[in-house]
Amino acid sequence: MKARIGGPSATGSTSAPQATGRTGPALRVEGVWKSFGQARVLRGIDLELAEHDVVCLIGASGSGKSTLLRCINLLEPVDAGRIVLQGEEITAPGADVNRVRRRLGIVFQSFNLFPHMSVLANVTLAPRKVLRLSRRDADERATALLDRFGLADKRDDFPDRLSGGQQQRVAIVRALAMEPDLLLLDEITSALDPELVAEVLNVIRDLARGGMTMLIATHEMGFARDIATRVCFLDDGVILEQGPAGEIFSHPREARTQQFLQRIVEAGRL
Amino acid sequence: MGGSLTGGPLDTGELVSPAAGGPPLRSRRFERSALRSTLIALVSTVVFFGVLAWIVVHAPNWPDVQRSFFNGTIWNQSVPDIVPAFGVNVELFCVSEVFILVLALVLAVLRSLPGPVFFPLRLLATAYADIFRAIPGILIIYLLGFGIPALQIPGVPTSTFFYAVVSLTLVYSAYVSEVYRAGIQSIHPSQEAAARSLGLTQFQALRYVVLPQAVRRVIPPLLNDFIGLQKDTVLVSYIGVVEIFRQSQIDQAAAFNFTPYLVTALVFLVITIPLARLVDVLIARDRRRFLAGAR
Ligand SMILES: Nc1ncnc2c1ncn2[C@@H]1O[C@H](COP(=O)(O)OP(=O)(O)OP(=O)(O)O)[C@@H](O)[C@H]1O
Ligand SMILES: [Mg+2]
Repeated sequence: MKARIGGPSATGSTSAPQATGRTGPALRVEGVWKSFGQARVLRGIDLELAEHDVVCLIGASGSGKSTLLRCINLLEPVDAGRIVLQGEEITAPGADVNRVRRRLGIVFQSFNLFPHMSVLANVTLAPRKVLRLSRRDADERATALLDRFGLADKRDDFPDRLSGGQQQRVAIVRALAMEPDLLLLDEITSALDPELVAEVLNVIRDLARGGMTMLIATHEMGFARDIATRVCFLDDGVILEQGPAGEIFSHPREARTQQFLQRIVEAGRL
Repeated sequence: MGGSLTGGPLDTGELVSPAAGGPPLRSRRFERSALRSTLIALVSTVVFFGVLAWIVVHAPNWPDVQRSFFNGTIWNQSVPDIVPAFGVNVELFCVSEVFILVLALVLAVLRSLPGPVFFPLRLLATAYADIFRAIPGILIIYLLGFGIPALQIPGVPTSTFFYAVVSLTLVYSAYVSEVYRAGIQSIHPSQEAAARSLGLTQFQALRYVVLPQAVRRVIPPLLNDFIGLQKDTVLVSYIGVVEIFRQSQIDQAAAFNFTPYLVTALVFLVITIPLARLVDVLIARDRRRFLAGAR
């Protein structure tokens, strides 16, 4: 493999319309609104990620974290606003959804591995069918990634034979195999037993060190403090407050942020 | 996911195999009680059917019935006629089944297409399923088998076998497409979302992720429909295909005796019961997997 996945040069493999590193933000979200029926879930979200940023989204359950990530991935259409990925507006009417999604990896809370396929097939499906890699190239790429994350011996197992932590690491590898420019992670440790959380978070730390740009919805405040270049507090569909992790956690300005963090502390999670 | 909900069915393997050096007491007692249940089941079955047979045989008109339904000579004469005729049913079944599996899948996929663009296709597929489930199969067979050849359009086949296959395919595809559709809908939307999020097109997500899982899940109900089709192949006798039922009618008319029908019934029993047991086994296997949290 030429470049370390997620490393600064990884973007070279997907034909981004712009030279990377030269210009503006990796991702810009401008005034995004989203409702489900009467429920206004996102009410004007503005957010910007530079290359290699690791931004953590925190906020109460139902505040709209998952919805925001799903909108960025175009799994949900936005009602208003724009989402710009490396200078290209992906919410534009004519945008090629499938091409955009190749450049955006997303990992879900519930893993969503394909249960009828081996680990290797899970990881190689998209590279083969979407990027049109040969089976050999795809296998090679997948094997290198599985190796790197300690999953080499699980290659031929089916997902139901793996622990939750292993399944989630496979899901991460599956997203990485597409060599995305930006990785979206939606509470990827929430469905895991406590003793399995660390192995998954270590994978993310590793990716962050490698320079992967990531937007992470999480309830793991310790982890957010550790790796986030910035923390955004989402409250009732708006980003109420954002800043460096130390600042948000130690000196939250907004009353709602203070309340939220207070509850987290009481729950023993900070 | 925790352990199974029920703690699993009685696992004989576990109980009987003596744990290393463990007391064999429990397993022996278990063996004895298993033997007892089997004996009781055997005796009660014999008694039940014995009584039933006694009642039938001692019915006032039994000798007459015996002569017209259970005639040994006629039985022996008609078996060599009827059993080969069943080959036609098997052929009908196999040919139709292939077309049914394909057409039904296409219909199910059409009905599952989302979005307003595909509304006409969804509408067509829905109308198809409704219409062909509403009209009794025998009417379709009559209408196609007699109607279309009567038009005498040049080049249109006249073989009754052809119309038999077409009719069975049309009718059964409507049912089977519903089975497929239930399977497709039983796959959680997060599976499609995961596939789409990797950049797969909607068709690719369906082809590689949703359908393989859906089809696996509906194999037992599909087999159930096969059993129905198996039996309904006799309906095409009405447009003149000489298959097993038509053959037994011919034999019945020749001998003025109903024994040939009994032969036919027996052939279907022999073919269908193993299939029914197979369905049970598959359903039980699915259930076990489900309870084990494998899905
Ligand atoms: N497809 C949908 N249809 C209707 N309502 C939805 C849908 N998806 C999300 N919602 C609603 O939107 C709100 C925000 O949901 P979302 O999943 O984005 O919250 P979240 O911040 O991710 O919460 P959690 O921490 O529990 O995951 C919730 O009130 C939810 O009920
Ligand atoms: Mg969520």
